Amino acid sequence: MISERVALLRKQSLEARPTLSTERAELMTEFYKQNLGLVSAPMRRALAFQYLMEHKTIYIGPAELIVGEKATAPKATPTYPELCCHSLQDLEILDSREKIPFAVSPQARQVYQETIIPFWQGKSMRDLLFAEMTGEWKAAYEAGIFTEFMEQRAPGHTVLDDKIYRKGMLDVKAEIQHSLEELDYFNDPQAYAKEQELQAMAVCAEALIRFAQRHAHLAMASAKREADPQRKAELERIAEVCTHVPAQAPRDFWEALQYYWFVHLGVTTELNTWDAFCPGHLDRHLYPFYKKGLEEGTLDREQAEELLQCFWIKFNNQPAPPKVGVTAEESGTYTDFAQINTGGIMEDGADGVNEVTYLLLDVIEAMRLLQPSSSIQVSKKNPDRFVKRAARIIRTGFGQPSVFNADLIVQELVRMGKSVADARSGGSSGCVEVGAFGKEAYILTGYFNMPKVLELTLHNGQDPRTGRKLGLETGNPATFKSFEEFFAAYEKQLRHSIDIKMRGNNVIERLYAAYMPAPFLSLLIDDCIATGKDYHDGGARYNTSYIQGVGLGTITDAMTAIKYHVFEEKTWKMDELLKILDANFEGYERERQRLLNKTPRYGNDDDYADRVMVELFNVYFDAIDGRPNTKGGAYRVNLLPTTVHVYFGSVIGATPDGRRAWQPLSEGVSPVQGADRHGPTVVLKSVAKIDHARTGGTLLNQKFTPQLLKDEEGLDKLVGLIRTYFKLDGHHIQFNVVDAATLRAAQQHPEQHRDLIVRVAGYSDYFCDLSQTLQDEIITRTEHQVF
Amino acid sequence: MAIVFDIRKYSIHDGPGIRTTVFFKGCPLRCRWCHNPEGQFLGVEVILRSARCIRCRACVEACPHGAARLGEAGPEVQRERCERCGECTLVCCAEARQIVGREMTVAQVMAEIEGDIPFYDESGGGVTLSGGEPLAQRDFALGLLEACKEKEIHTALDTCGFATWDTFERLRACVDLFLYDLKLVDAEKHHQFTGVSNERILANLQALSQRGHKILLRVPVIPGINDDAETIRQIASLAASLPHLDGIELLPYHHIGVDKYTRLNKTYLLPDAQPPSEEKMAELTYILQAYGLPVKIEVKT
Repeated sequence: MISERVALLRKQSLEARPTLSTERAELMTEFYKQNLGLVSAPMRRALAFQYLMEHKTIYIGPAELIVGEKATAPKATPTYPELCCHSLQDLEILDSREKIPFAVSPQARQVYQETIIPFWQGKSMRDLLFAEMTGEWKAAYEAGIFTEFMEQRAPGHTVLDDKIYRKGMLDVKAEIQHSLEELDYFNDPQAYAKEQELQAMAVCAEALIRFAQRHAHLAMASAKREADPQRKAELERIAEVCTHVPAQAPRDFWEALQYYWFVHLGVTTELNTWDAFCPGHLDRHLYPFYKKGLEEGTLDREQAEELLQCFWIKFNNQPAPPKVGVTAEESGTYTDFAQINTGGIMEDGADGVNEVTYLLLDVIEAMRLLQPSSSIQVSKKNPDRFVKRAARIIRTGFGQPSVFNADLIVQELVRMGKSVADARSGGSSGCVEVGAFGKEAYILTGYFNMPKVLELTLHNGQDPRTGRKLGLETGNPATFKSFEEFFAAYEKQLRHSIDIKMRGNNVIERLYAAYMPAPFLSLLIDDCIATGKDYHDGGARYNTSYIQGVGLGTITDAMTAIKYHVFEEKTWKMDELLKILDANFEGYERERQRLLNKTPRYGNDDDYADRVMVELFNVYFDAIDGRPNTKGGAYRVNLLPTTVHVYFGSVIGATPDGRRAWQPLSEGVSPVQGADRHGPTVVLKSVAKIDHARTGGTLLNQKFTPQLLKDEEGLDKLVGLIRTYFKLDGHHIQFNVVDAATLRAAQQHPEQHRDLIVRVAGYSDYFCDLSQTLQDEIITRTEHQVF
Repeated sequence: MAIVFDIRKYSIHDGPGIRTTVFFKGCPLRCRWCHNPEGQFLGVEVILRSARCIRCRACVEACPHGAARLGEAGPEVQRERCERCGECTLVCCAEARQIVGREMTVAQVMAEIEGDIPFYDESGGGVTLSGGEPLAQRDFALGLLEACKEKEIHTALDTCGFATWDTFERLRACVDLFLYDLKLVDAEKHHQFTGVSNERILANLQALSQRGHKILLRVPVIPGINDDAETIRQIASLAASLPHLDGIELLPYHHIGVDKYTRLNKTYLLPDAQPPSEEKMAELTYILQAYGLPVKIEVKT
């Protein structure tokens, strides 16, 4: 159900064009131009934050209940020149590109040309970062062996726990004061540094209160001028809410949401943190307020729903910060990955599904917005009703909510050293990444191109695309006597590239700790206040750095093909295979078909290929897991691609899995597009052979036609499928319920959609194998079913 | 050994839960509307998926009988020369030629079935024997059912009912659910459209029902053949007279099988039939309900 108000706000949000707002950049430049003299890094950042909170435009839109925008209006998007100073050419690209554009006005360009660029050019974190990287790192980065998350955005990736629903910023300030009083200037050489950090946090807490008060003043002033008595009362209520939170702990449902929203704006204004800052387990956080409101008669379900819908629109109003270059390619989306969690298990191990869970699912379905993203956290303790309710939304085909294994996530977090209670209050965020909410800095540092390393191994350390030597000389591939020997060369090559990436990471971590502390984010994450340390400097209770592996399906099939055809069946000698690849299969179509169809492939529950996959996972894991980062934490692995599998594919020539040069890689832990031929249960069996418990997240996409989910029986069976995958310790699954447009694309490019199964009648068949007429008929029916 | 033409995973409309359906090759009936024509003939066959052909001519070179040809539209088989040896399919990397029908042992079929046990357990699913007609390969069907029961796997038998009572008697203890096809009550019409009499079919149904087996009657609704009210009333009346019945399902006719006829180079006998309308299905459902029958319409896919 959507009220008139929400319909209006939703429409406004959907229709607003993402524009680049220079306000933050201008304020930041003004601030940095004031010669502050000698000020510690955290204090400088705190004062900068205060300056922003004090001077940025306050926006309260017509009909809004939850207020506050990151920039000046919905979809206006701030920039962060201290991190990445866009050039005029960047602005031109942002404005004119076909995908994910941001409108840049002539005035904005002028501001950049006259004020921003002259001040920040050559002085941003991005400039510093590239200056500090080694030649080896730059060569690998340019070749597309890995990406670097921090080259345009700040490390972030953290999710809030329940603390703001219990404490106001004044309570937080009292805690900071307590920590200051506890400092030991006699025995702790870090005492002064901690003092600076804590003082900085106190400034930030105060700044957020001030920011809210400015909203309260505007609401009150608007209320005085408002003729409509209903809106007048709403504005007065907004003023009251913004006066109370975030200074003090929220008293009701409305205040809880508004408090979170101020915090969200604070975190994402302070820095353009990568990924996912979000309220996490919103259902369990809001439940006490919901219950109290209902009991006291101050809230009903409809009001709660409307407030939530207004809250949802706020997320949708904030496109991810404008990205350019490789970063734009690795994450080509407006989505900023806030992922609301529902369900799961409580800190004490109890079933986490409550009435607000179902309310949130209703909101997700009714809003049908890209942001915030949403997930269900499925524990064996959760009722089927919960999973089935979500399945009804999945059926509508917009890819939400995604589905996570809550019990396995606890296992993953505990393995990585979290307490059981902290693990249970954790969940998933971003795409599929796990974290202990409110207590962990889990930084994604960049994607890693596994098939590219195979390509280097096949060329003795040289990149065939550019002729540049990027890796070790692990030997002429034609001389390897056994698969084991070849595999060992790959592992050596892999470790070398991982070391290059990791060394870079360890420097970048220090750059952020030294130059770009985040005192506001720090006051939200345990135990930064207790330890007096910044979020970027190991202040969080847990500090994890991830390197995200990409292309597992592609490299598995490629490696399997080498094992099978070169070393076992001896179909081709290694140099013959290389010749076929160098020719990009031109004149070798039969050989390509053989690789595609007559070779064991991952995704078919075939141990031949799946064992190779497990080996590849193990060497990746061994090269990374447990190695120390610079914040007292460790490196871990996860397997997800966002959109980088397309970019990574674009730098790799033909591969022995039959993939043509420059084509996309497989995504997540999914099999190569079209390689799996036996339906979803078999794919899940293959994928479950990865030891998901040793990762910090894996991503599995499954395509379904709407017919498979048309009736109750279909939904029940989907629930069974999910439950089974999770019993097998799978981490995550998401369903792409394919619409007619996809089916049409499948008609035009069948080679990319060979895995698309349609329920034809009493049996299933591959869509691409059906006659044109039948395909057309199914497309027509699908359209009827989806909308 | 039996000849199986497909083993389908995540089969969700052939009994409860997530199932694996084993399709047996060979059927004593020749229903005009048959949508699994590859299940009719008891023996291997070569099918063609022309769209996949890359025209490499490997099949032409490999065929020892001169039956594999490459025509303008893709691969062709001269059926009168073809010995169904499968050589052409082995060399066809593009899988434009495939063998339908594989001789399998119970152990081989079980190996495929057992992989999905976690799914059956979680969803209350199991294995469905279908075809063709599983009872046409009775000993194998029995062996497979016994092997399933040994592993505590739920079993369903999708059958046309055309078998001796002795056959049913031997294996009925291993079947948890009968998906029993009923096309026509009128003996003459049944003979006309399926090629066999329905005397046995009806007697076996009666006998299974008397013994309290779980039975779901499945009625394909074929335009112009059994979709008139009178014919459905006959079916309803018969169903209502059974001592025991768990449900009756109407399966609307579809022309999905047409493609398969092309691949097999066979002629489809109902080229002009159209799927029944939703109104029609509702009307027939109403007739069945009037007899107090628990009706289910299969999803029209």
